[in-house]
Amino acid sequence: MGDSKMVKDSLNWMAGGPQGSGVDTASNIFGRACGYGGLYVFGRREYHSNIKGLHSYFHLRVANRELLANVNDVDLLAAFDAETVVRHLNEVVSGGGIIVDSLQMRVKVLDIPTLPPEFKAELRKFMQEKNVGETVSDWLEYAKKNGVQVFPVPYMGLLNQIGQKLGIAQMSKITRMINVLTIGVSLALFKYDRALTEKAVKATFAEKAKIADMNVVALNHAYDYAEQTFKDSFKHRLEKTEVNEERIFITGNQAVAMGKVLGGCRVQTYYPITPAADESEYLEAHEILKTSGEDEAILVIQTEDEIAAINSASGACLAGARAATSTSGPGFSLMVEGLSWAGNSEVPVVVTYYQRGAPATGLPTRHGQGDLRFAMHAGHGEFPRIILASGDIKECFYDAAKVFNLAEKYQMPVIHLLDKAMANCSQTYPIFDYSEFKINRGQLLTEKDLEGKEYLRFQFTETGVSPRVPLGAKDGVHWYTGDEHNEEGHISEEPFNRRKMMEKRMKKLELVEKEVPLEDRLSFFGDQTSENIVISWGSPKGAIIEAIDMLKAEGLAAGFLQVRMIVPLPAEEIRKALEGKKRVIDVEDNYLGQLGQVIKEQTGIVPNFHVLKYTGRPMTTTEVYEAIKLILTNKAAERQVLMFGS
Amino acid sequence: MALKPSDFRVPDVYADWCAGCGDFGIMNALQMAFAELGLQPHQVVMVSGIGCSGKEPHNVKCYGVHTLHGRSLPFALGIKVANPNLEVVAIGGDGDGLGIGAGHFVNTGRRDVDMTYIIHNNGVYGLTKGQASPTLRRDVQTKALPRANINEAVNPIALAVISGYTFAARSYAYDIRHLKDMIKQGVQHKGLAFIECLQPCPTYNDINTKDWYTGEDRKDADGKPQSRLYKLEEAGFDPVVKDWNEDWKKKAAALEKAQEWGDRIPIGVFYRNELEPTFQERFTKRIPFYMEKPPAKQKLTDENGNSHVNLQQFMDELKTS
Repeated sequence: MGDSKMVKDSLNWMAGGPQGSGVDTASNIFGRACGYGGLYVFGRREYHSNIKGLHSYFHLRVANRELLANVNDVDLLAAFDAETVVRHLNEVVSGGGIIVDSLQMRVKVLDIPTLPPEFKAELRKFMQEKNVGETVSDWLEYAKKNGVQVFPVPYMGLLNQIGQKLGIAQMSKITRMINVLTIGVSLALFKYDRALTEKAVKATFAEKAKIADMNVVALNHAYDYAEQTFKDSFKHRLEKTEVNEERIFITGNQAVAMGKVLGGCRVQTYYPITPAADESEYLEAHEILKTSGEDEAILVIQTEDEIAAINSASGACLAGARAATSTSGPGFSLMVEGLSWAGNSEVPVVVTYYQRGAPATGLPTRHGQGDLRFAMHAGHGEFPRIILASGDIKECFYDAAKVFNLAEKYQMPVIHLLDKAMANCSQTYPIFDYSEFKINRGQLLTEKDLEGKEYLRFQFTETGVSPRVPLGAKDGVHWYTGDEHNEEGHISEEPFNRRKMMEKRMKKLELVEKEVPLEDRLSFFGDQTSENIVISWGSPKGAIIEAIDMLKAEGLAAGFLQVRMIVPLPAEEIRKALEGKKRVIDVEDNYLGQLGQVIKEQTGIVPNFHVLKYTGRPMTTTEVYEAIKLILTNKAAERQVLMFGS
Repeated sequence: MALKPSDFRVPDVYADWCAGCGDFGIMNALQMAFAELGLQPHQVVMVSGIGCSGKEPHNVKCYGVHTLHGRSLPFALGIKVANPNLEVVAIGGDGDGLGIGAGHFVNTGRRDVDMTYIIHNNGVYGLTKGQASPTLRRDVQTKALPRANINEAVNPIALAVISGYTFAARSYAYDIRHLKDMIKQGVQHKGLAFIECLQPCPTYNDINTKDWYTGEDRKDADGKPQSRLYKLEEAGFDPVVKDWNEDWKKKAAALEKAQEWGDRIPIGVFYRNELEPTFQERFTKRIPFYMEKPPAKQKLTDENGNSHVNLQQFMDELKTS
């Protein structure tokens, strides 16, 4: 069992079941229902690399204020199957509850076929140590002893009754509604407003009115059953509040897609890969774009591989479109040669890079931040690039738009570095304001500018940036080549030209450093005057901010420096922020502490504490809080490796 | 004003191919074809890969994109979809297009993008000094090979036809008029046109030489060489699909013709089908204004430079209030 709750003002609901059983849909309904009641939600989705059958779950944290991260605790677990009970029993806090199928009670835990042997070995150890019996029922008895309430529900019995109500005999149609059944029971236990839940069901199945109606019947049946059976026995309550603003419940994939459209992206290429593909599919579903003038459109092209993906995107850029490709580690590995070409030919192509558990196929549906160094150094030779790393879903949105300005202004590839946690987490936000977003296409010449002039695509200039002309412009004929080239774009191996071209390309990075505002490159949180500072990047941001807030309440002060622009790294500013600090704590979801290494290389400052995680699961506020607290109270080892999450 | 082939020359670039290289013929044919088609240099984009053939765009006055080994088609695809009003001609070697780039060769066929792809087929990797290319036949030992070629050859025409190219033709680098004609037909074809250009490599392919193609080794009684090449058109071959019912028949005929090699090598058009909707037409079905406002021609901003996109449709779906 978890300890007593540390993050007190939120309630945590989890749904778990075999992949394909509607866990995602359930969570979407639950999240929306909370949203309609004025509550904020943070959702974390975990799933296997599998179509159907293996365990997946969704953790939803709900509160009256904006939430930034996930926590360890579960207050109410909706278990679709026996495996969910086994996997998450110890996350349910004292005073919490478990909704379980009464028919699953007699299942022997070690007989569950989807449990891998290395996990069963752990279970055996647990059963021995805690003297827990072999059935689900025995496990639940153990939970009860630890203050957890168990709510057995006859799933099949209720589903049969629902089937009769709807006049459907076909069991496969009915069993699909296990998810809605558990939502009905859950929200009845929480005494949550039933009308809001109904509204959420209808919104989730907005396209399919018949299915929506069926699910509303199922929901109400389950609600009635739970109210009559369990009455007021569960002590946690979910209460709606007044809300006077527009809010959205959004995933990172969706935020990036919207940001791209805002930023003017009109060609997106991709090859199917987790966890990037959802973004492209979402874009394709919304390809016609409304504007304040005439409609526009984004073309989404599924290519034969990632090699084609980046090179087609580069081609579209040369023709004058804003274009991007979206991928994760294995796909980016294939893009590397194309990236080098884009660097050499000064192509403003954007690569959206969602890191996942690696190396190789790694943990294809899980989280990781092990590709920082790879993104920085990918590509043969030396060429300029920009890497911008977002830290939460809102940043994903604005950064996804900004990267196109950076790419075109400085004429270089930009990697928008993200991760699985952000891609698949969902969060409630006040609706994003984008009314002020400006598009800056840099030095992009029109046919009028070209009239009667000689045009050189790679003209040597003070800043290194040469005016750009899209392919097809009259009087602008020019060449591109992956070879070293002269100002016209023809192959040149002359040493003097080579030196000038290298310097022209590379010095554009100095311009980036000079022009991009610091607030787009670094963010500071917490107590800047404290002797303790946390450094990190990407999705650990939310957990770190919440952890620091909790520590502050206990009189333990720390600052947090979030590095947003990895290349070019604002090294001098980082050095100033870290210099003289007693504790520099590097927090990252990788083994090496890669950002810490990069900071050491470029500033000479060595982080003296590391909090690292590479289990494929994102950091929670709970564990970051615990780890930093140990450091601040002088009880921590130099290196802590976090382990939470199934 | 109509342009002359010389208007497509690039005077300050030295064409660095070996003396007698077929690339010169291909260059001339391209310049002639573009001029005769009434194109202006800025309307054409030539996209190439790596190898001797990759340098072709530097010697033709039009937009030139000399890309990576095997990747000319993905670049060309991106260019064409972003601005479908450009005349896009991709070009590359046999190793470039059928070895390292074979995946793109096949998959581009599935899209029937309205552009032209020319493969220089000389059987060797010239620029890396004469290794066997995917079109060199098994057991043939060209002069730089330490052993005879152990791999079977790819048949470019056959592969194009079954991959979905809607125009498949073959020509010969030293028959510039014929090649120019094939290029013109390819460019004018509605859909994805593939042209295989047979080409001696005077430096590394000592088997399929110019003399071999023109039949210097097989003279008739009067001492006149009997060319191995013959024209499909003159042989009465009809490659055009006029009705979907005859499509597979025409494809099968093309495949059969594509097998001929050795003493009789057909050149000309093997297959042509303009019934297939092009990639551009497929997009237009979904996005009616695609051709007038393709990705490269969209405004993106309002008069103040703000992004003018309205995200309401996205937000409405995500709203929880």
